[in-house]
Amino acid sequence: MTQGSTVTQQPPIVKCLVWDLDNTLWQGTLLEDGRVTLPGPVRELIAELDSRGILQSVASKNDHDQAWNQLQALGVAEYFVLPRIGWGPKSDAVREIAAELNFALGTIAFVDDQPAERAEVQFHLPEVRCYPAEELSGLAALPEFSPPTVTVDARRRRQMYQAGFQRKAAEEEFTGPSEDFLRSLELVMDIGRATEEQLSRVEELTLRTSQMNATGVHYSLADLRTLLADPRHEVLVTVLTDRFGPHGAVGLQLLEKHPRVWNLKLLATSCRVVSFGAGSVILNWLVDEASRAGVHLVADFRRTERNRMMDIAYRFAGFTDEACDCRAGLPAPAHEDIQRLHLIPEPHAPSPTVKLNAVSLQGG
Amino acid sequence: MDQPIAAEGIERAITAFVSERVKAEVPVGQDLFDSGLVSSMFAMELVVHLEQEFSVQILGDDLKRDNFRSIGAMTALVGRLLGAGQSADA
Ligand SMILES: [Zn+2]
Repeated sequence: MTQGSTVTQQPPIVKCLVWDLDNTLWQGTLLEDGRVTLPGPVRELIAELDSRGILQSVASKNDHDQAWNQLQALGVAEYFVLPRIGWGPKSDAVREIAAELNFALGTIAFVDDQPAERAEVQFHLPEVRCYPAEELSGLAALPEFSPPTVTVDARRRRQMYQAGFQRKAAEEEFTGPSEDFLRSLELVMDIGRATEEQLSRVEELTLRTSQMNATGVHYSLADLRTLLADPRHEVLVTVLTDRFGPHGAVGLQLLEKHPRVWNLKLLATSCRVVSFGAGSVILNWLVDEASRAGVHLVADFRRTERNRMMDIAYRFAGFTDEACDCRAGLPAPAHEDIQRLHLIPEPHAPSPTVKLNAVSLQGG
Repeated sequence: MDQPIAAEGIERAITAFVSERVKAEVPVGQDLFDSGLVSSMFAMELVVHLEQEFSVQILGDDLKRDNFRSIGAMTALVGRLLGAGQSADA
C-alpha cells in the first residue's frame, strides 16, 4: 500500500456490504435457537443502504437453505445478491462475491460480530474494510457509506444486478440461435424525452460509454439542461427492460432539428446492452422517424481509440460520406475532427426482438 | 483480376467461420440479414474477424451492409481489398 501522499484522501465509497447473519444481521443463533429476530434499526439500515445504491450480500456459516428461508421469512431476502452461506472460510466468500460483482476489494465492506471472523477476512483480504456488529447503528452516517450523488439508476442498482445474474444464467442454458434467445428475453425499449430526474444518469452515460459513444464528447449537466430547454434540440433517453427486470437508462441521443435535416450530434449507448442490439434498434427507430418527417439525417462521428463499433453501426445503418445540399444548412461542428455521415432515410420495420414504445418527433 | 484459388480459399474460410458461429450450414448466396441468421452485433464481429483473418482494413463506405449480406458478398469484398493491396503483381 502507498503511504503519505494520500493521507487526506476520502476513503473510497463502499459498493457492497457483506453481512454475517447470526447476532449481526439478526439476533440469535439460527442453528441453536431455531428462532431469531430482526431488529427494526437493522431492517431500516438495509433498506437505506439499498436506496443509496450500495449492494448487500451475505457471508454466513449456516445451513444454506435454512438461513435463506429465514431471510425470506423476515422479508429481507430480496435485498441480498450472491449470498454465500455455508461452512467455508469467510475470506473465500468475500473474495468470491467481489470477483462475481467485478468490484475491487477496496470497495467491499464486511460486518460480523465475531472478532475472529473479522480477523480472518482482514488477514487474507487486507483491503476489505471490516466493521464489528456494534458499529451498525452508526454505519449509515459514515462517509464511506454516503455516495455523493444518488442517480435514479443507483437506487435500482441491486435490482439490475439481480436481473443480470438471472439473465446470464438463462443465456448459459440457452443454446438456440441468438435471435431466439433475444426474443425469449422479452425486451421492452422506451425512448422518450429526458426528464430532469434522468439527467444525472444521462450525463454519466456520456462519460462512461467510451466504446459506444459516437463523438467521445462529454456533455455536462448544465449543457444538457440548456439543450433540454431549447425547442430545436431533442435530448432523448432510452430505457430498457426485460423479463428479468430493468437495465435502466441505456442510451442517449442528442438531436438538432432543422427544417430539411436532423443532425444527430451524439449517440451513446451503454456497453452492457450492446449484445442485445440496442444501438441498432435506437438507430433504426430514428431513421424511421426521420423518414416520416421527410428530412435527411446527418450523424456526427469522431473517431476515438475505442469507438469503432459506432462507426460500423452507422455504416451498417446506411450512413455514408456522400455529398448532399442539406449539409450546407448545418452550423459547423463543435470539434474540427468531427465527420458528418449522411443518410436519406427510408421507412424501417420494427425490430423483431424488441418491443418499442417511443415518443413521436414530428412537429414541435 | 483472376484469382480463382485465392477466392476459393477466402470463401471456404468465411463459410467455416459463419457456419460455426450460427451453428448451421450456410449457403454462399444466402442473405444472412433477411434470414435472421445474423444480428447487428454479429455483423460487427464479422467486420473485425475479416480484418484480422485476412489482414485487411475495411473502412468508410466499404463498411456498408451490402458488403456483408452473404458469404459471397464478403468473399468479393475481401478479394477486392487483397487485390488492391497487391496491385504490383496483378
Ligand atoms: Zn441530405
